[in-house]
Amino acid sequence: MLRFVVRRLLQLVPVLFIIVTLTFFMVRFVPGGPFTAEKALSAEVLKQRNAYYGLDQPLGRQYLRYLGHLAQGDLGSSKKYTSQTVSEIIAAKLPASLELGGLSLLVALGCGLPLGILAAARRNTWLDSLCSFTGLIGICVPTFVLGPILALVFGIYLKWFNVSGWEYADDRVLPVLTLGIVYAAYLMRLTRGGLLEVLNQDYIRTARAKGASETRIIFRHALRGGLTPVVSYLGPAIAGILTGSFIIETVFQIPGLGREFVNSVTNRDYELITGLALLYGAMTVLCNLAADIVQVWLNPKLRFE
Amino acid sequence: MAAALTPTTTPVATDTGHSLWSDAWYRLSRNRLAVFGGVVLLLLALLCIVGPWLSPYNYNDQVLANAFARPSFTHWLGTDELGRDLLVRVMIGARISLGVGLCAMLVALTIGVVYGAIAGYAGGKLDSAMMRIADIINSLPLTLLVILLMAFFGRDIYLLFVAIGAVEWITMSRIVRGQVLSLKKMEYIEAARALGYSSARIIFRHLLPNLLGPVIVYATLTIPAVMLLEAFLSFLGLGVQPPMSSWGTLIKKGAETMEESWWLLVFPGSLFSLTLLSLNFLGDGLRDALDVRTAKD
Repeated sequence: MLRFVVRRLLQLVPVLFIIVTLTFFMVRFVPGGPFTAEKALSAEVLKQRNAYYGLDQPLGRQYLRYLGHLAQGDLGSSKKYTSQTVSEIIAAKLPASLELGGLSLLVALGCGLPLGILAAARRNTWLDSLCSFTGLIGICVPTFVLGPILALVFGIYLKWFNVSGWEYADDRVLPVLTLGIVYAAYLMRLTRGGLLEVLNQDYIRTARAKGASETRIIFRHALRGGLTPVVSYLGPAIAGILTGSFIIETVFQIPGLGREFVNSVTNRDYELITGLALLYGAMTVLCNLAADIVQVWLNPKLRFE
Repeated sequence: MAAALTPTTTPVATDTGHSLWSDAWYRLSRNRLAVFGGVVLLLLALLCIVGPWLSPYNYNDQVLANAFARPSFTHWLGTDELGRDLLVRVMIGARISLGVGLCAMLVALTIGVVYGAIAGYAGGKLDSAMMRIADIINSLPLTLLVILLMAFFGRDIYLLFVAIGAVEWITMSRIVRGQVLSLKKMEYIEAARALGYSSARIIFRHLLPNLLGPVIVYATLTIPAVMLLEAFLSFLGLGVQPPMSSWGTLIKKGAETMEESWWLLVFPGSLFSLTLLSLNFLGDGLRDALDVRTAKD
């Protein structure tokens, strides 16, 4: 087990290296540069600025320089917000995204798993239909529809919450609900599906034949195997949910990383794009690793593959 | 066997039996939600193909004096901030959203199935190398990838299909690989190998037909995912460009102006949700109809 974890952690290095390299060159091949948006710049000033940031040098040298800085833990500085480094921007914007993501994840797990188990245990009853239908609504009403509608109903008509903002505790309610409901719906469906899959297997029939109660069958025998699809979904989902949801952060005006990320691409803010891609990539790889470890723990058979 | 799968009330052709597909079709047609989904999708397709011709308005006819008109008999769904008829714009948007969904799904399907089947069947080093590549692509920020692809190729709608398809294939390839991994240990594959069939023949002739169920089901469920991604991109202003409209751009406009005009948000939003709902119903129905294990219960 330890060897498995160490091996996977060592794989993190080449994966991150590839992410850095790909993003570094891809963003620079896109037409336009960090200073093209500001029309007022004369050719002279533009040249000066490019020289100042080393953007006039050959791509290979820029790349090596960037890697050198990266090895020392320096992510570079933003070209748009001139006085800030990429690390400072991340440090300033990540907390809001983490808070939004963490709370939404709690909502998603707290609602999704129990409802999924309930639906699977009471398959083909009205409870199952009700859970499945609620789950479907969560899936079919995407965040960019659900968010504005919640804001319209609870913010504008009922005036229970602010339409947008991130200042007070109750500003968290609408964004967290929006994001949480959507993920809860997915989790519910996956839990239900995974459990039903397992409940069809022979060893469950054996347990049933031996007179185990339905509760015991589900929690003792089926849940372990049934959670496999849930866990493999959660890996990348957690990475995405924690690093920020651009839509939610836009709709509710939350100062998080998701908004920063897409802005950086439209601004051609090279170092910021690469830095954020790196962060996101590292999160994804680590969350996937965690998911894989949990999978092996849930299903020891995987250890031999 | 076949008789056991079919309720006794239907006449059973004793000598021919039932194929998996006729059986699946029978089960699908008895599933009310799936039929509902299918019918809604057909109606939507019809509406978006024929609808714009029947409407007296053009999707880009601006009547500024009539901006933000509430839904009425002249404009069934109201008008937007430039006085354009929302119904026509929703129908044109449906063309783009559904078209993107279908085409990008086909791209993702092709790449995913071929990639997953090869990786799963080959196993060993090739498999782990291929899956690592998939992992790396997957760990790249998806939005960044699509945004960069769109920036490379310009904001061409056809390349939007390819760009979305090129990032959405990973899950499909994982599913196919997983299925192949478990199927290739079955005796009939061993038998095929013992008969000396080539790998290509075994993959395409013996493995893939047995994967068709999960592939069809997942393909149906990929369409809503792809449509969501398109709407997401359009929401960011990177997808469909004005004056064309997709559901994503319409919803974005609706969200911006919802305080004055709820209909601009509610109508495109609910139509989008209805479409996703129908696709999910159809996908679920297909899964139940094609999953042989479920059918034995």
